[in-house]
Amino acid sequence: MDERAVERLKWRSRRGLLELDIVFERYWKLNGGEMAAAEAKVLEALLLLPDNDLLDLVMGRARAKDAASAALVEKLKAV
Amino acid sequence: MALPVRKFDAVIVGAGGAGLRASYELSKAGLKVAALSKVFPTRSHTVAAQGGVGAALGNMGEDSWHWHMYDTVKGSDWLGDQDAIEFMCRMAPEVVIELEHFGMPFDRNDNGTIYQRPFGGHTANFGEKPVQRSSCAADRTGHAMLHALYQRNVHTKTQFFVEWMALDIIRDAEGRVLGVTALEMETGDIVIFQGKATLFATGGGGRIFASSTNAFINMGDGVGMTARAGIPLEDMEFWQFHPTGVAGAGVLITEGVRGEGGYLLNKNGERFMERYAPTMKDLASRDVVSRAMATEIKEGRGCGPHGDYILLKLDHLGADVINKRLPGIRESAIKFANIDPVKEPIPVVPTCHYQMGGIPTNYHGEVVVPKGGNPSSVVPGFYAAGECGCASIHGANRLGTNSLTDLLVMGKSSALSMLDYIKAEGPKHRDLPKDAGDFSLSRVAALDGKKGGANVDKTRGEIQRTMQAHCGVFRFPDMLVQGVDKIKALADSVANLEIGDKSKVFNTARIEALELQNLYETARATMISAEARKETRGAHDRADFHQRDDNNWLKHTLWYKEGDKLEYKAVNLKPLTVETIPPKARVY
Ligand SMILES: Cc1cc2nc3c(=O)[nH]c(=O)nc-3n(C[C@H](O)[C@H](O)[C@H](O)COP(=O)(O)OP(=O)(O)OC[C@H]3O[C@@H](n4cnc5c(N)ncnc54)[C@H](O)[C@@H]3O)c2cc1C
Repeated sequence: MDERAVERLKWRSRRGLLELDIVFERYWKLNGGEMAAAEAKVLEALLLLPDNDLLDLVMGRARAKDAASAALVEKLKAV
Repeated sequence: MALPVRKFDAVIVGAGGAGLRASYELSKAGLKVAALSKVFPTRSHTVAAQGGVGAALGNMGEDSWHWHMYDTVKGSDWLGDQDAIEFMCRMAPEVVIELEHFGMPFDRNDNGTIYQRPFGGHTANFGEKPVQRSSCAADRTGHAMLHALYQRNVHTKTQFFVEWMALDIIRDAEGRVLGVTALEMETGDIVIFQGKATLFATGGGGRIFASSTNAFINMGDGVGMTARAGIPLEDMEFWQFHPTGVAGAGVLITEGVRGEGGYLLNKNGERFMERYAPTMKDLASRDVVSRAMATEIKEGRGCGPHGDYILLKLDHLGADVINKRLPGIRESAIKFANIDPVKEPIPVVPTCHYQMGGIPTNYHGEVVVPKGGNPSSVVPGFYAAGECGCASIHGANRLGTNSLTDLLVMGKSSALSMLDYIKAEGPKHRDLPKDAGDFSLSRVAALDGKKGGANVDKTRGEIQRTMQAHCGVFRFPDMLVQGVDKIKALADSVANLEIGDKSKVFNTARIEALELQNLYETARATMISAEARKETRGAHDRADFHQRDDNNWLKHTLWYKEGDKLEYKAVNLKPLTVETIPPKARVY
């Protein structure tokens, strides 16, 4: 995964809700700069969601639409 | 080096609630409008607002803007300017109804009118009894507001520059503001955005404190840029603290928890609020509870290994009540405090929530500074609205739901002032100073060239911890004096930051370093202003001057970056049309 593309995803993990900022801060600490292209793609799509919808997913109040995002949401829930 | 220049009628920095309300008004009038934002507009911090927007619509019973005005003046502990407060409260119903017409999905009454919920500090008949004044869209008020306003802007063709960070203000020799320099994150390019008029709507800087309910983006950029441009900052010592942020994380635990019967405990298991507010106990107002918690911690009755937090107990309510009436709280506590509140109490601390001070403006949104004997001389071409602006509506303490009201009213009001100004400026842009942009380029070059400088994360942490320990809700003279020294001592690190990543494309390290320089100005203004104010007013309590002191301190602070100079200006106690609401003790 291109380092610059990862940086872009890191910036887009800056959200309007503190709760999400904290979740993503933990996520990036665990993942460092390394990331598989497939996961990056899923993350990119998740980051396009409105903050409240994303928070609902991460807090387990809503379900992800497909298996790939569900797997990433599980990861975010666990951090 | 000459930078590329993009010319607009209006340049709006910030696309949260205030910025979007203003840009819509301007682009609707057919002007060429640029709106810059560090993040996608609907992910601005306004999205976090849940409680609602205050306006005397009178949908739930009798209400009047005059009562709303009284509550706001009292809430401000009389530091708010009564002309601006009257203006906001009178305009509030109009801007809320406009929002309804923009498609905002407000909760409704059975008769179709907008539903309004009760909120602390809002009363009928000048403090007589509580009134329902807050309009909301379920628990997504801010989100719905941003979406409604963003759609409007798409329609009126505001040009958005997303993932652009404004760096510095450009002023000409006469002090007129001609626009900003900004960095495009995608390319690392720096460009001049020239506007006939420029509005700052950059939001608050709540991240100056270690414990904050604010999202990471709230770094005080607009305030920092303004300070560097030689313009003073007003009333920066006033920050509102929310009593119950999760210790260490800041995530807000709603007042509803205490409303449902949760209460606070010190390390001895004592329900201490009974001592501080025998009648209201844990339901006393935000500042009273925050101060009581700070006193417990200061006097050695805080909990945990460092004695630095208080416990919020709700397990006695039982799992059923918690799950049913306080949805989301349990998950939040588990996720952010690592505690299941059904079994154990939640560690909480008074947490920074809202910036009352900011860029000094009048109620037209024009930035005003003292000049030639006039305390409020207009800086031509420069406007501010929303949490970064100080009109001053909130004075020493903001009333819940008044921030969304402020950003709608002041967003619109600034835009209308800008319209007039832009018309008067005529079709041509003024000449930019020859060195426009040099300052920003040199700042970025210094960052890129630095070796052996200070670490960004470490320096940010030191600023935040210093603010938290020395300048919180409860302020002690010796701690403030030390705090001033500590903050001043950090100037060198902030001026000599080093970043490991030197690349141009999406260099988040560089962006964070540039943000940190803004955060520092915000923090320094706060500490210096707080140390100097020898009284207790609104959101904070000063241990050596326990009372409000109207004889000496019924005045606004102005802090200048240059030499940390402080000046003061009178509070405007004269409303636009009604009688002055004279200062009296603020008791609820
Ligand atoms: C958890 C929480 C709940 C709240 N609930 C309520 C409530 O119920 N009712 C109420 O009235 N208030 C509430 N508030 C306060 C209120 O939400 C904020 O004061 C308000 O939303 C601020 O709006 P704004 O438009 O001024 O700024 P923001 O919405 O913060 O927007 C700032 C904008 O400026 C941009 N920006 C900043 N710096 C730069 C830069 N250098 N270059 C380019 N762009 C930049 C950002 O990208 C963003 O677009 C709440 C606050 C919090 C923290």
